Amino acid sequence: MSSFRIFDIAGSALSAQSVRLSTVASNLANADAVGGDPDAVYKARMPVFSAAMEPGRDDAAGVQVLGVVESQAAAEKRYEPGHPLADAEGFVYAPNVNVVEEMVNMISSARSYQSSVEMMNTAKELALSTLRLGR
Amino acid sequence: MTINDPVFGVHPAAMQLQRRRMELIAANIANADTPGFQARDLDFRQVLASTQAAGAATTTDPAYRVTMQPSADGNTVDVQIEQAQFADAALRYQASLQFLDARIKGLLTAFTGQ
Repeated sequence: MSSFRIFDIAGSALSAQSVRLSTVASNLANADAVGGDPDAVYKARMPVFSAAMEPGRDDAAGVQVLGVVESQAAAEKRYEPGHPLADAEGFVYAPNVNVVEEMVNMISSARSYQSSVEMMNTAKELALSTLRLGR
Repeated sequence: MTINDPVFGVHPAAMQLQRRRMELIAANIANADTPGFQARDLDFRQVLASTQAAGAATTTDPAYRVTMQPSADGNTVDVQIEQAQFADAALRYQASLQFLDARIKGLLTAFTGQ
């Protein structure tokens, strides 16, 4: 009887959400990093979440990050002939980062992180009062 | 572990069940952003009744939660509902804990006579 599985589960959520928050930070930081080559320009990254089922126990599951994938959307083409990085036709390419989408992702992951922390706190208090039983 | 222990009553079994519920709800909240994840929970009344009928702790499969509106990616976790259920399970766990605590203290008083 393991009484501390909540910590594993909530901990997996914390690390998954912080990976998500890191990709959001990376996307927002590079949102304006334009380049002259559409293939070489930064592409928006996003983590892929999946439920981490424990083998032999299909009960409670944590969450795991399967990997970080790059968005396949086309880079945004801007006509800026005066730009030092512009290609022969005068175009520069901006990353396919959708800033609004990233902000929503940021709020969502911060909320999820918060609820996992609160869950961990409750579990900790319950575990402590269980240990103090009869004193 | 026997159910309906002569000293501690139903509380050890109830605590074990509420702890299992909290684990399931923790998993639901952890997977609130996982595509295709379906929220699960235990029917406390039904599981406790079957545990009492069997006379020992049984493993019952959790049931899927029925949601008002699943998301487009197939996820059925409603974080608000899960948080409320988690608080409920934590409170009930704590209530059982206090019953046990009072029982232990009462027994100690009886033993020591002080």
